[in-house]
Amino acid sequence: MKTIYEKSVKGRRGVRPPESDVPAEINLPNNLLRKEPAQLPEVSELDVMRHFTKLAGMNFGVDTGFYPLGSCTMKYNPKLGEQVSRYEGFAALHPLLPQLRLGGMLTQGSLQVLYDTGALLSEILGMKEFTMQPMAGAHGELTGIMLIAAYHKDKGNNKSKVIVPDSAHGTNPASASIAGYEVVSVKSDENGAMDLEEFKKTLDDDTAAVMLTSPNTLGLFNTNLPEIVKLAHEKGALMYYDGANLNAILGKVRPGDVGFDVVHVNIHKTFATPHGGGGPGSGPVGVAEKLVPYLPISRVIKRSDGMFALDYDHPKSIGYIAPFYGNFGVILKAYAYMLTLGKEGLVRVSENAVLNANYIMSKLKDYYELPYDRTCMHEFVLSASRQLKNGVRALDIAKALIERGFHPPTVYFPLIVNEAMMIEPTETESKETLDTFIEAMIEIAELVQKEPESLHAAPRNMPVSRLDEVKAVKLQKFSVEKD
Amino acid sequence: MPYIPHTDQERQQMLSAAGANSIEDLFSYIPSELAPSSFDLPPGKSEFEVGLFLKKLSAKNATELIPFVGGGFYDHYIPAAVDAIVSKSEFYTAYTPYQPEISQGTLQAIYEYQTSICRLVDMDVTNASLYDGGTALYEASMMAVRITGRNKIIVSRGVSPIYRVMLASYTKNLHLQLEEIPVNNGVLDRDVMKDALDESTAAVVMQNPNFFGCVEDISDISEMAHGVGALVICSAYPIACALIKTPGEMGADIVTGEGQSLGLPLSFGGPYLGFMATRMKYVRKMPGRIVGATVDTEGRRGYVLTLQTREQHIRRDKATSNICSNESLCALAAQAYMSLLGKEGIRDVASVCNEKANYTMKRLSKIPGVKVKFPAPVFNEFTIDLPRDAGEVIGELIEKGFAAGFPLGRYYKGMEKSMLVAITEKRTKEEIGRLAEALEEVLS
Repeated sequence: MKTIYEKSVKGRRGVRPPESDVPAEINLPNNLLRKEPAQLPEVSELDVMRHFTKLAGMNFGVDTGFYPLGSCTMKYNPKLGEQVSRYEGFAALHPLLPQLRLGGMLTQGSLQVLYDTGALLSEILGMKEFTMQPMAGAHGELTGIMLIAAYHKDKGNNKSKVIVPDSAHGTNPASASIAGYEVVSVKSDENGAMDLEEFKKTLDDDTAAVMLTSPNTLGLFNTNLPEIVKLAHEKGALMYYDGANLNAILGKVRPGDVGFDVVHVNIHKTFATPHGGGGPGSGPVGVAEKLVPYLPISRVIKRSDGMFALDYDHPKSIGYIAPFYGNFGVILKAYAYMLTLGKEGLVRVSENAVLNANYIMSKLKDYYELPYDRTCMHEFVLSASRQLKNGVRALDIAKALIERGFHPPTVYFPLIVNEAMMIEPTETESKETLDTFIEAMIEIAELVQKEPESLHAAPRNMPVSRLDEVKAVKLQKFSVEKD
Repeated sequence: MPYIPHTDQERQQMLSAAGANSIEDLFSYIPSELAPSSFDLPPGKSEFEVGLFLKKLSAKNATELIPFVGGGFYDHYIPAAVDAIVSKSEFYTAYTPYQPEISQGTLQAIYEYQTSICRLVDMDVTNASLYDGGTALYEASMMAVRITGRNKIIVSRGVSPIYRVMLASYTKNLHLQLEEIPVNNGVLDRDVMKDALDESTAAVVMQNPNFFGCVEDISDISEMAHGVGALVICSAYPIACALIKTPGEMGADIVTGEGQSLGLPLSFGGPYLGFMATRMKYVRKMPGRIVGATVDTEGRRGYVLTLQTREQHIRRDKATSNICSNESLCALAAQAYMSLLGKEGIRDVASVCNEKANYTMKRLSKIPGVKVKFPAPVFNEFTIDLPRDAGEVIGELIEKGFAAGFPLGRYYKGMEKSMLVAITEKRTKEEIGRLAEALEEVLS
């Protein structure tokens, strides 16, 4: 399909911008002016609408069809969130207003959204206080590790390493490394959990933190958690909870009760805000009491008179990690979601998410290798190792699913499973949808027996077939060439 | 239960298929000692009730004030079609485009966005977005440290104080040396900068227009920095780039900025859009996702995420950044905005901003006791000195219905009487006149 640049016609205009009602006087000297106008497209409003409507048709979202992308929690995004985030009183609010004299009074509505959402998360996760500032999960991880570093520094602890299991998301080691720590990986045992003996050997006085996802990326709950936490704390290490898989445990386990000191929540996963084709997300961080003094500033507080305010007076704070108060528009959608579901609804979310995953797993385990065969939580990992014997890889199965109208599972992750296919159905999918997916997976498994070669050509019914990724690296073409 | 479709009967069928008697069976792996000690949440409400409650909350925000506050975040007009485009749920309910055959919509839109940003700031390559202008500036600084292998970063005090405190927070534990250079008469002090610049300097960090609203040519700074092998990072305001000399033309090596002005609502600080562009030779050191063009098995053009070996999901602790989720939908909004305004339209917006800012500056400086602080030219924002504390004056103007500006004393010692005033194409001559009258009244 043509790019918007290829649709450009010299002299054509789109939206007419507001005109000047003051004398037309540019007050910049010539040497400070741009010589040539920026070569943006010259298209009409209808050209633009048709262009993006066509592009939207070449995309697949949760509203299009089943999206069992493991570890990404692609649940339905309620439309109420879209509506409320567009209310003028929220959308038009300038973030610097609270910094004006008595400016807190000008922004009470939005400050309450931030405060209440933080309070709800504190109760759901069992933490003392949340900062809503981190703008994505990985940003939350970096913030969390910075908090841990500030804590150790303040206590005079000299620690240089962070322990991460080998099944962790790539962001965990990357965040710890960027915060200045050495990352030590611990392998998984035959049950898919972090190997306890190996962990004991790795854990020492130099360990600043242990980062865990629970349930882990195999969708399994680690029954050794209480012991791991106890061992880590005995060595003065703090426990970090990666909330990527929180959708499995709402109302069932609270990381704070388990003894985690720092947690981050992926709002765009568990709390149903849209992923936006890659973002924006939101990654609030919650802490246990001993880490509260180090939280980023500003902090939203509720005063004794019931008014909300911003508090900057925290000398031990790690400082500023965001320009303002986080991705407010995203947090607002999550707030609407929590208020709609309430206590009972949130518990039902996890129960049904876990039920859906176990249902699919039980129906598919005769057809695909299930490396860790036990009750799973919100997701599970199959291996295409049996199919590989016929020359069919996880990638081929993914592409065959695309041909059949499904978004594929996450493939080749976690790294500890060969030809991994990580399936997370979420709670918002109906039994009919799950059954159709199960049938498609079985049909593909049977096709692998009969005509394995046919699967290499999939998908055949999309705007493009398989793309040459090696060529993309070689071409280094990252923008439309100028005329 | 909202958003959960199963009937009790279906749930029972599914439990049986999974070999469980009850939902509780499915959670039996969780040790009973880990049961929540509390889960005290309010009961759920209907969609209508939640919507109404939030409508009332939104009314507690003072969005009816006539806004003259900027500071890097501006009240520009957003064409109606921008929202129509980002509201298409095939875009906003999709994940990161890891499966290119069903994600060509997102991928091509981001490829076009990368093109538009490159053309606006005059650089070779742009990434698919970062969180915001502040984290983009931090990422650019770390990128310069990786490229040069040096550890000193020189930062102009004309760079947003909001971004400078972020940079300081992020680099505190990283054995980096941050050195700030003062601004004189609204522009960077070249003499102090010359003394600070040496063989250990990784980058000089600039902002144009700077926080005081002043526009300057930083070509000489680029020359000096390159002379000692340091890079130049410039934080830019994309709308201004349509009118003023571009960062690329002035020799910048990495250009970052806040993309909020390109069709995103102010929304109390986010979601916004961090952009980053650089020279082709540095592309492999750049953080974040990049979309590249390629062909499919039949030779048709298509787009994929490329150069992924820089990223955390492949390289883990050796990645160029930990970023995963970015601000993709905001980049889509920006691309829709730049397409709708187009080549002429975006320059018109920039010109109107500049004309109205000049008019306002003249109008306000006629008020007894008010004077323009810096002689340097401005784009859409400027600094005036008031006869008394700016914070107080702004407070009094709020009562008259104006968010009149930002008090610079909040971030700059000795500037307690200075106020930063921002103008966009949305402010009318009539509003500007009313602001002038109100200010005159307050000061008399």
